Amino acid sequence: MKPDLSRITEFLAGDVAADRLVPPTGFTARLTVFAAAAMAFLTVFALALSLATGRLADRWSDELARASTLRISSPMDQRAAQTAAALRLLETTPGVASARALSEEEQRALLEPWFGPDLPVAALPIPQLIEVIEDETGYDPAGLRLRLAAEVPGAVLDDHTRWRRPLVTAADRLRLLGWLSIGLIGATTAAMITLAAQAALAANAQVIAVLRLVGARDGYIARAFVRRFTLRALGGAALGTALGMAAVLLLPAAQAEAGFLTGLGFQGWHWIWPLVIPPLGGAVAFVATRHAAQRTLRELS
Amino acid sequence: MSYGGGELLGDISLTLSPGSFHFLTGPSGAGKTTFLKLCYGALVPTAGHIRLFGSDLRDMSRDDVALARRRIGVVHQDVKFLDHLPVADNVALPLTVSGRDRSAEAENLSELLNWVGLSKRAGALPAELSGGERQRAALARAVIMSPEVILADEPTGNIDWEMSQRLLQLLVELNRMGKTIMIATHDMNLIRAAKSQVQARVLRISQRRLQAAGADL
Repeated sequence: MKPDLSRITEFLAGDVAADRLVPPTGFTARLTVFAAAAMAFLTVFALALSLATGRLADRWSDELARASTLRISSPMDQRAAQTAAALRLLETTPGVASARALSEEEQRALLEPWFGPDLPVAALPIPQLIEVIEDETGYDPAGLRLRLAAEVPGAVLDDHTRWRRPLVTAADRLRLLGWLSIGLIGATTAAMITLAAQAALAANAQVIAVLRLVGARDGYIARAFVRRFTLRALGGAALGTALGMAAVLLLPAAQAEAGFLTGLGFQGWHWIWPLVIPPLGGAVAFVATRHAAQRTLRELS
Repeated sequence: MSYGGGELLGDISLTLSPGSFHFLTGPSGAGKTTFLKLCYGALVPTAGHIRLFGSDLRDMSRDDVALARRRIGVVHQDVKFLDHLPVADNVALPLTVSGRDRSAEAENLSELLNWVGLSKRAGALPAELSGGERQRAALARAVIMSPEVILADEPTGNIDWEMSQRLLQLLVELNRMGKTIMIATHDMNLIRAAKSQVQARVLRISQRRLQAAGADL
C-alpha cells in the first residue's frame, strides 16, 4: 500500500487542541523515550555488525573465489618443464585471466610464519606453486583438472572451495544473527511501548469516558495517544541513533593487522543505514500504540 | 428492553418528541441512570429497540453513536471533567473533539459561560469549582453544540436548593428555546417547581415498568 504523505505530515503536525486533551504522564513518557533510545543505540551496533560481516563474507568470497593455486609436485628434474607446461596450458584455458609461478622469495614468505626466515627453500622438496586468477566468467575446474591430468600429471589444482565455504558460511551466519538481533530489538521496542501505552490508557480511563460522552470518536481518542507515543519514540530513537553513530565513529579504523575487529564500523554509503532507525522506531511505536489503543478502547466500551 | 442478565424494563414504547420536557423518577436503584445511558448509547440493550434520531442503536457503529452524542447533551450528578484543563476548555470540549474551530466559537463560548454565571471562573481548574459551579459548567458543556436533546441525571443531587433552582431555570430556558429535556431525579420539589413553569411529563420507573405518573404530583 502506498503511504499517503499528506496524512503522515498531518499526523506529525498534529492538532494542538487535541494534543492537550491527554494529560502529560511523566513516567510512561520517560519510559518510552528511554526504551526507544536504548533500543536504537543497540540497533546501530547490530546494524554495524551485520554490515561488517556482510562485507567480510563478500570479500572472502570474492578474493578466494577468483584465486586458485596449482601445485606442481613432480620430481625436481621435471619441475621446470612441468611448470612451463602448466603455464602454457593455463594460458589457453578459457576463464583464466592470468597465471604465474611464485618465486622462491614468495614461497619462502608463505612458509616463514611456520619455519622461520632462514628456510632453504631450494634445498627442500617443496612443490612449485602457480597462482591462477580467474576472469569474470571463471573457468571450469573439472575440465581443467582433466586437462592437467593428461598434460601435466604432477599438477594438483586447489580452487579454495574447501577453505572458502566454511568462512563464508560463518560470515553469513554472523550477518543473519545481526539481522535477527535487529528484529528482536524491534519486537522488544514494540512490546515495551505497547505496555507503556496500555498503562497510559488505563490511567486515563476517565479522560476517555469524558471524551466519549462529548461525542469523540474512538479514532480521535486513539490518535491523541498514538501521536504522543509515536513522537516520543521518534525522539528517543533519534537520540539513541545519534549516540550509537557517535560510538561507532569512535571505534578504531579498519587495519589489516587487526583484522575483522577493527572493521566493525560503517563504510561509505552504509552510514545512511542508521538514519533509517528513528523513522522505523516511530513506525513501530505507531503500530504498537495504535493496536494497544484500539484494544483498550474496545475493552472500555 | 433488557440489559445484562435480566430484564430491566418491559412494555415500553416511549418517544421523546422535539421540545418536550420529561422527568424520570423512581426509587434509588430503579434503573433511572441505566435508562438514560441506554438513551444516549452508553449502553446497548440486549433486547428491544432504541432509536436515536431514526437509527436503531443496535445497528449503529461506535462512530455513529459518537456522532449521535453530539446531538445529545448529557449532565451527570457526578460530573467528570478533564482535570488538567481549565473550565473554558472543558466547556469547549465538544467543539474540540468535533473538529470545530475554537476561535470561531469564542463569542458563543463567552456568552455561554456568562449565561451559566461562570465568566469569571473560565480559567479555573475543575477542582477549584464548587458543586454548583461544576453542575453549571457541565450544563454549559452539554449545550455548547446546541444539541436537540439534553439528558440530565440527578443534576441537582449534590447542590443546595438555591443552586438547584438556578440550574432548573437554565434547563427551562433551554426548553423554551425548543430543546427536548429529560431529567432523572427523585427530587419532588424540583419537579413541582418545573411544572409551575413548563408543561412537563413525569415518568416513573417502578417494578421494571415505565409508567406515567402525573396525577399525584
